[in-house]
Amino acid sequence: MTQQQTAGPPSAGHADLAEEFLDRQTPLSRIRNILHRYPAVSPALVLLIAVVVFGLLNDRFLRVENLSLITQQVSVVGTLAIAQTLIILTAGIDLSVGAVMILSSMVVAQLAVNNGLPAPVALLAGLVIGLAAGALNGFLVTRFRLPPFIVTLGTLNIFIALTLLYSNGATVRGSAMPDLLTWTGTTFPVGPVRISTGVVVMLLLYIAIAFILGKTAWGRHVYAVGDDKEAARLAGIPVNKVLMSVYLAAGAVLAIGAWIQIGRTNAASPNAGVDLNLDSITAVVIGGTSLFGGRGSVWGTLLGALIVGVFRNGLSLAGLDVLYQTLAVGVLIILAVSIDQWIRKVKS
Amino acid sequence: MTATQFQPANTGLRQPILQARNLVKTFGRVVGLDGVSLDLYPGEVLAIIGDNGAGKSTLIKCLTGAEIPDSGELMVSGKQVHFKRPQDARVHGIETVYQNLAVSPALDVASNLFLGREERLPGPLGKIFRVLDTKGMRRKAKEELTRLGISTLQDVTVPVENLSGGQRQAVAVARAAAFGSKVVVLDEPTAALGVRESNQVLQLVRDLRDRGLPVILISHNMPHVFDVADRIHIQRLGKCAATITPQSHSMTDAVAIMTGAATA
Repeated sequence: MTQQQTAGPPSAGHADLAEEFLDRQTPLSRIRNILHRYPAVSPALVLLIAVVVFGLLNDRFLRVENLSLITQQVSVVGTLAIAQTLIILTAGIDLSVGAVMILSSMVVAQLAVNNGLPAPVALLAGLVIGLAAGALNGFLVTRFRLPPFIVTLGTLNIFIALTLLYSNGATVRGSAMPDLLTWTGTTFPVGPVRISTGVVVMLLLYIAIAFILGKTAWGRHVYAVGDDKEAARLAGIPVNKVLMSVYLAAGAVLAIGAWIQIGRTNAASPNAGVDLNLDSITAVVIGGTSLFGGRGSVWGTLLGALIVGVFRNGLSLAGLDVLYQTLAVGVLIILAVSIDQWIRKVKS
Repeated sequence: MTATQFQPANTGLRQPILQARNLVKTFGRVVGLDGVSLDLYPGEVLAIIGDNGAGKSTLIKCLTGAEIPDSGELMVSGKQVHFKRPQDARVHGIETVYQNLAVSPALDVASNLFLGREERLPGPLGKIFRVLDTKGMRRKAKEELTRLGISTLQDVTVPVENLSGGQRQAVAVARAAAFGSKVVVLDEPTAALGVRESNQVLQLVRDLRDRGLPVILISHNMPHVFDVADRIHIQRLGKCAATITPQSHSMTDAVAIMTGAATA
């Protein structure tokens, strides 16, 4: 090629200057870059500050019994939030997580208590319900290309109706509940603290999902699909298969959430957990996972769930009305999303 | 089906690596491709030019499995193939850099290079727990970038969205070059780039060719096309209006053929 010098770069010097100008960093943009790279940093800071402030406001807050109580209060929402994180990472949203969990818990409790099935069989049936619900959501999202918001808004109502039909609106209470079902509500001592089994189950789930998301090809594909679906498809990722598997995995996690719920409340009630859908989304959003997909982590979600738990507990210990807890959570959500938007401006 | 049947006179007896015969693709009433044929020979840069709507992108999508032609034949090294999805083309060693780059902004450079074909750790960790060989992939990504002479990308752990347009293009090209064993297709690789970055990408194209990989280059930019192409395929109204070389025709001639003002 002889002509290649014609387009030679006499302007390269200017380009360097321009790039240098664009690269110039202010302290604020440096902070933004760090937050962008490590999305769990900001929720961790918020949690730390919240714990310190509430600890100063009321010395009962930092007692181990209280901290243990907070983890127990967080265990169900924290588990649902894992499922929610998976789906939000794919740029979806699942309004039906709470309803699926309740349906699954009703099936487990009724089969075990009213129909006298062995507890492991009942739990397995609960898992099947979770997977079937996930499969339905995933099928509608991938095959009919409906927006996840619409799909799960529909299935939310369907699952609530199914729960009420199946249970006749009646709560299944604890006395006849097999031990295996309430095992997640039992506690064991670790030093001066009593830790509930349900919290341990939730933490194990976090570790497992964090490992899968961070260390396996499937995890990377989940991020890629949420980041840019078309790019993922062109890169050779089977987008629909990944989406379907995400909804199935979420369904399985929700079934485990149902088990923790039964253990924690020693009952299965069709009317429980009406606000669990939104609480799980709150935990994910406060945890720094982007509602636009492809960005975030389950560790952020755990922090988000803990932040909500700490705020509710801390404000009530400080003697404030429940209304103020709700108010605080609302402010937190808006702050979290604003920070997310600001961080996303890093894109050059 | 033997290759000699379609041998154009000026290329001797070499076997084309990629051949397309009479590709037709319609979208409803719109005719995207109206019987297009194309040959790609080893070690050449074949540019495809044409006005908007001439069928450049549709042609490329048919060659790379992103679209399925209504009729016509595709041959890789003389063997007939049917691409139903991009993976099919990839299996045959055809790698594509799409105009929108098909990179995942939030993933880092190494993850993007291996996106869709991640490598797992050896032993039980990889086999049973399916753990990715992140370090190995990062090392290989670095090696590949060095081999391609892409010096602007030192850190393969940076998310792609933090890179400049030229660097992103380099990532996409590097991915294609790393895995494309037979053909690399570049769709408008310099469209969004400045002068210096464009030159880097054009140099990459030359390097690929010099390593023996044939390149198909779609571009609107005539100086770039005449700079790197060995042959130029001109699309007009869904057909191949002419195949010329930078030596046989000038840029003005090429534009005239493209717009229908002249014929080859």
